Amino acid sequence: MARIFAYIEHKAGVADDSAAELLAAAKAIDPAASPTAVVTGWGADLDSVCNALTTSYTEVWKIAAESLAYPNAELIRKALAKVVPHGSILLIPHDHFGVDLAPGLAIKLDSTFVSDVVAIEGLDGASLKIVRQEYGGQVSTHVRCDVSSGAVINLRPGSFKPQENASANGTVVDKSSEVGALSSGRRYLETVVAESGDVDISKQAVLVSIGRGIQEKDNVSIAQDLADAMGAAVSCSRPVVDAKWLEKSRQVGSSGQTVKPKVYMACGISGSFQHLAGLKGNPFIIAINKNPKAPIFQVADVGIVDDILEFLPELTTKIREL
Amino acid sequence: MDVRTEIIWEINVEILVCVRRVPDTAENEIELNSAGNDIERDDLVYSINEWDNYAVEEALQIVAKAGGNVTVVTVGSEDDEEVLRREMAMGANHGVLITDDAFNGSDGKGIATILKAYVQKGKFDLILTGVQAEDGGAQVGGMLAALLDYPFASLVNSVEVVDAKKLKVSREIAGGNREMNEIDLPCVLSIQTGINEPRYVGMRGIRQVASLEIPTFGTSELGVDASSVGGAAAKVKRVDYFVPALGKGAEMLQGSREEIIDNLIGLLKAKGGLK
Repeated sequence: MARIFAYIEHKAGVADDSAAELLAAAKAIDPAASPTAVVTGWGADLDSVCNALTTSYTEVWKIAAESLAYPNAELIRKALAKVVPHGSILLIPHDHFGVDLAPGLAIKLDSTFVSDVVAIEGLDGASLKIVRQEYGGQVSTHVRCDVSSGAVINLRPGSFKPQENASANGTVVDKSSEVGALSSGRRYLETVVAESGDVDISKQAVLVSIGRGIQEKDNVSIAQDLADAMGAAVSCSRPVVDAKWLEKSRQVGSSGQTVKPKVYMACGISGSFQHLAGLKGNPFIIAINKNPKAPIFQVADVGIVDDILEFLPELTTKIREL
Repeated sequence: MDVRTEIIWEINVEILVCVRRVPDTAENEIELNSAGNDIERDDLVYSINEWDNYAVEEALQIVAKAGGNVTVVTVGSEDDEEVLRREMAMGANHGVLITDDAFNGSDGKGIATILKAYVQKGKFDLILTGVQAEDGGAQVGGMLAALLDYPFASLVNSVEVVDAKKLKVSREIAGGNREMNEIDLPCVLSIQTGINEPRYVGMRGIRQVASLEIPTFGTSELGVDASSVGGAAAKVKRVDYFVPALGKGAEMLQGSREEIIDNLIGLLKAKGGLK
């Protein structure tokens, strides 16, 4: 059985929520697995993350270097390629960092890469059976991965439910000396924080949210009219921002805002996992979409199959008459 | 007073953009075929992968400022020529089709291996891919960079040419924040949607490039070892397709539009959705 490692993201001295999800995923590969956490960083923040992880991981590998103080995937890939033994299975969150790190790391470790895994069905010899989604979640696929020479597996955040574990009482192993000097042709400069917009959608109780189904910029007023009639605000999914129909500050999702309304009306939104990741607090979700197979209908409370360009104006008129 | 004037660059960036033709999810409902081993491909509308189209537009904007050429390449079949022509109609200087029966069934690493062989036949300063494909895994760009030992940046949402040796790029990170990086050329970037506004391509533009020759490359032209690519070398293989059952599913409102609206207004009142 290959040794399993989990790469732990952290910020300000605290491990990311994915740390517990990777542990659950390791158990899905092998119920007897006792995966090793790998943490890179620098200083007191790194030490506090490593120490906290010993309650859930039996072994925590610490890689400390001043050049790793900011998580530059180019440098971390080089560090991991030196430290992680050939043939290992390495679990990484499929997020803006994991996408940057993992495909190239699989090449450097000469192992198999599989991305954005939503479920693990188990290991059969050297063949790992997993589940992925395609076409924005409209269909899923079982995939077999040959892990005989190791694997790098990116796991979709939120897909693996953390388990209640007895305290692991683990130990921290300092691997820093195995890494040596690190340099890369890509240098981190700074982080530019998103501008706040005219409306703070994260504080709204009711959101009328529009997606690709709104079709053109002139139609945004259809949603605004409805929101005005309801006393709500307009938010959107990524394609609306990409097309420059609304400001980035109106976008709900992992690359936009996290919102927690009481009522969320998803209009012409297919419901990608990146979009749903921005929806917290268990809102009452109403989905309106002309595609009856849109994934949003699987997570919504109430669904309506209709063309939003016809449906929303009629709804607005009726609400105004109340 | 800052008297810097705009520099007229003649840096001449040679850019390769890797593109794919995919079923258009905005135009199609994706369904399973009866055997469950693929999606139903009859009557599907195909188009350029959306992320790749942004990558081509970005390449065109870079050469408009800094000089250079844009080549679009795809690994596929003759059917994929149409997306190459579409991107050439946008302004790409060259289109290249990489096709060989030996490439069928390649996984992400196989595709990256094939593209590496093509990159090494030319002299490219910058290689762009889309962040991901509709049916893909956001993997080929990062793998290609690692195979070439080039620096890589993913989720890129702005590119600025600093000089002949480096770029300044921003990456999209959580919460709409942007991570600024300096990156040396040659490098590989995966381009995120929304980075620009891809130009419109009309039928007239497509007709103008209809007769341009698109060279094809196979294993022998590229010098690729056939055993390192294709289905036999693939370590990641689809077994089947199925429709996911997530959650309990929505209660679908039925009836005439008027009845549905009355029903919905009742629900909105009950849930605090109306003020």
